[in-house]
Amino acid sequence: MVASLTIFILAIFIGFELITKVPPTLHTPLMSGSNAISGISIVGALIAASAGDSWLAAFIGLIAVILATINVVGGYLVTHRMLEMFKPKR
Amino acid sequence: MYDALINLAYVVSAILFIFGLKFMSHPRTAVKGNLVSAGAMLLAVLLTLLVTGIGAYIIAGLVIGSIIGVVLAVKIQMTEMPQLVALFNGFGGAATVFVAGAELLRPNTATTPDVLLAAALSGMIGAVTFWGSLVAYGKLQELPMFKKPIEIPSGHLINAIMVMVLLLLIIFMTGAGYSVLPYLLIVIIASVLGVTLVAPIGGADMPVVIALLNSYSGLAAAATGFVIENNVLIISGSLVGASGIVLTQIMCKAMNRSLLNVVFGGLQSAAASTGPAADEVYANVRSTSADDVAMILDAAQRVVIVPGYGLAVAQAQHAVRDLATLLEEQGIEVEYAIHPVAGRMPGHMNVLLAEADIPYDKLREMDDINPTMSQVDVAIVLGANDVVNPVASTDPHSPIAGMPIIHVDKARTVIVIKRSLSPGFAGIPNPLFAADNALMLFADGKKAILDIVTAIKENA
Repeated sequence: MVASLTIFILAIFIGFELITKVPPTLHTPLMSGSNAISGISIVGALIAASAGDSWLAAFIGLIAVILATINVVGGYLVTHRMLEMFKPKR
Repeated sequence: MYDALINLAYVVSAILFIFGLKFMSHPRTAVKGNLVSAGAMLLAVLLTLLVTGIGAYIIAGLVIGSIIGVVLAVKIQMTEMPQLVALFNGFGGAATVFVAGAELLRPNTATTPDVLLAAALSGMIGAVTFWGSLVAYGKLQELPMFKKPIEIPSGHLINAIMVMVLLLLIIFMTGAGYSVLPYLLIVIIASVLGVTLVAPIGGADMPVVIALLNSYSGLAAAATGFVIENNVLIISGSLVGASGIVLTQIMCKAMNRSLLNVVFGGLQSAAASTGPAADEVYANVRSTSADDVAMILDAAQRVVIVPGYGLAVAQAQHAVRDLATLLEEQGIEVEYAIHPVAGRMPGHMNVLLAEADIPYDKLREMDDINPTMSQVDVAIVLGANDVVNPVASTDPHSPIAGMPIIHVDKARTVIVIKRSLSPGFAGIPNPLFAADNALMLFADGKKAILDIVTAIKENA
């Protein structure tokens, strides 16, 4: 628990450091990209969905898998679409 | 041994997420950054599947989610990006509610206080995120029922009571071994709270709300990480949480308002009545024509375009790009001054201009361009209003007092392209329109720009 909390707090600091370096031009793609990262709960969703000990948990987990996958796949794809537009043409 | 290897590989995934965000610090490396981040996600998913095994219905879930995600991401217009981000955010939040709920239903889940606390938090934050995001989506999509901020009678009191009840329930759930019923109650109350928190917030404040909800979705994922004791969730969740907080701060600063004021205040529209009336302010407004503007531009050396959300509504980005190209061919320097809250989410305007192939190095930030504004020959304000209103720095009682603005009033000539003299979100008149160096071109943004382009070509 203490170890997890330590990791949590350190990661927040890294987050602050990284994000303050992102220029305002990229704030929208940053947002949709980090939004896709928050879909990491897909890991928990997969674990829950494959639960052998409770069919209800597995079913709810499956709903979570679908929701998280929308978040992840859609989020990364739309971020990619935006960033491609920022590439210098010519 | 096997478990240790898997956990080590999760660490690799977490590091890749960090590098992905690091590459986002420059437009040149940002595409790579997003791919690295996506790779980190894929790695995390594959590792999890190694542990859980691949059931047929899990594949079905992944495929269904992917199809929906791809369709949404491909079909969306860039102007609608804030809605989509809000929607995805909501799905992420909802996923954490279901994950924590499913974990609580499993007989093997530890019912130690720390796990229960984390589960309660992910349920609460996730539910607030989901419903708050849905309401934000409705507002941004301008669904009829969300056209106006929804006033809830004694809303602050009701919200405060709900927060108190939530805290009590969380404490109870942490202490009690039995968790399913309190969890359900937490999710239900947090759902109501998500709606009542966001519903009264006005359209102009949506950039802050989206940034904040973005932060919540990350924190919910981190809390879920505590439930299933997985570090990659904790790390990436807190990265997103931090990201949302930083963006929220930037947005609040750009509007010179505190977060508390945005969430609980609403914009003080009543204060508008204290300022001078619109008729008085607009007594000396001079209007102009596209032909005159073309002549003024002909004599200019440095032109700055100030785009607002009105430009996107008029779909004028491409016309603006054509105008800029035309001017540049005549040796005129053209730049764009971007206010942080131009558009409907942080950086939205930059995306809209990038879509029209306007190079990002021509987009100048407000703080960057303001000191040089007095050397600008012509400033063209297109669909922006409050962000160029000098009242922000002159009248301390104005609702936008202290908000940083782009000082187009310092330019030699200001051309404001606007349909009418109607006020912006703040609901106050803009004395810039009547300034000695300002000319109004009353027209639809796109048509006005096209007319100017035609006029320039005819003169040449």
